[in-house]
Amino acid sequence: MALQSKDLLGIQALSEGELRVILDTAANFQTLAARPVKKVPALRGKTVANLFYEPSTRTRLSFELAAKRLSADFINITAATSSAATGETLTDTAKTVEAMQVDFLVVRHSMAGAAHQLARQVECSVINAGDGPHEHPTQTLVDLFTIWENEKRFEGLKVAILGDHPRSPATISNIYGLKKMGAEVTLVGPSTLIPPGVDQFRVRVATRLEDGIAGADVILLSRVEITDANRLQIPSLREYARFYCLTPRRLALAADDALVLHSGSMNRGVEISPEVADYAFPLLVQQVTNGIAVRMAVLYLLAGERE
Amino acid sequence: MTSEGEYEVSEILSVADTGSAVARMASEIVAENAGADELAVVGIHTGGVPLAERIVAALEQLGAKPAATGTVDITLYRDDLSQIGPAPVVRSTDITFDVAGMTVVLVDDVIFTGRTVRAAIDNLMDLGRPRRIELAVLVDRGGRELPIQPDFVGTRVDVERDSIIEVLFGDDGDRVITYPCPAGRR
Repeated sequence: MALQSKDLLGIQALSEGELRVILDTAANFQTLAARPVKKVPALRGKTVANLFYEPSTRTRLSFELAAKRLSADFINITAATSSAATGETLTDTAKTVEAMQVDFLVVRHSMAGAAHQLARQVECSVINAGDGPHEHPTQTLVDLFTIWENEKRFEGLKVAILGDHPRSPATISNIYGLKKMGAEVTLVGPSTLIPPGVDQFRVRVATRLEDGIAGADVILLSRVEITDANRLQIPSLREYARFYCLTPRRLALAADDALVLHSGSMNRGVEISPEVADYAFPLLVQQVTNGIAVRMAVLYLLAGERE
Repeated sequence: MTSEGEYEVSEILSVADTGSAVARMASEIVAENAGADELAVVGIHTGGVPLAERIVAALEQLGAKPAATGTVDITLYRDDLSQIGPAPVVRSTDITFDVAGMTVVLVDDVIFTGRTVRAAIDNLMDLGRPRRIELAVLVDRGGRELPIQPDFVGTRVDVERDSIIEVLFGDDGDRVITYPCPAGRR
């Protein structure tokens, strides 16, 4: 079985079967990481372009290494150094890049739907590497992969998601992915950070952290910081930390050996206490390694022809 | 899958023939490689994997248990990935030993164009520098497109280019059949 679409825009459009194909393929790519020669010739002659309108070092490097380990050629375009800074539209920039015979466009943009709009206008494969508050499918695939690696099941798994949900790049993708795989999802946070209309996802909402993580098998965390966009929703980091910081005492409410997955760049003392951060750090490192295998799987599967 | 009712299926090797072919190949491997200390037997996915198990069992009977065994998947090394439609399933390459200095016997069920073996050799080379690579196949059907020849052969057959040859591995023994390419699969 292969992927139905030429693009990977979100988890919403993927079936459970497609998710499993990506995870299975990633598991086999992961074995390459242990070899002396980590490169395979599968995408020789293909070109991957990163088109990043927002900084995201980890995602950018992960796609770059994934492309290079598949022997694809790779170019990096960041908004600050490109014609985007002169006011060229997203579509014009993308079509210009495509004219250079690029096979994959990996797009990071702050506007929801940016990658979807591009995918309709270019022939090459578009991969959404985060479109603002909307989807960040590869991050979710990495989370799913790491959960599978550690828990070996999704059905009935209790997952609590904490973070600045309206701005966290992967919350929506994580909800789609976990629900499709059969997990039970609880969104945790103050009511100001629970996105309106979240009930359509059929997730549980907990405004008290203690309720949200009770018995959880997996806790997904993302960075919380105060920005212009959320200063009215989070009174202060100190207040957020007082009620929502994952401390050892609160973590004890979760299932034994609960998996704590942080999406990267921890704000120690805010969403995660230093002690729990140390506990979760080895897994964060594992996530980075897994990220390359998962992105290799995505590039490889999208490169196949569709019927 | 074969549907024996619709096509004319003929047998190339019976269960008994296959068994003796494997035994003969094993003794040739022993004769060629005095001492099994640095011998590794590696099956190529998919058909080469069960055949490699048969060869390893036959080597053990001869008292020449190979020092290591493994499997290779050639998917990522294919030369036709952009021509064959949906991305084929990637299987794992399972070689946990250090190939450096080893004599590796690559095993596949059928050799045809030689392109699979080329890909398998490239894969092995990325894992290290074997001292020597040899090739064992159950059926050599000719039709080579690359200068690659097997060292140990079960049988050679002459069939139409678009015929299918299948090795049927079973608990009660293995056999090899051939039938014309079904319409639509050409």
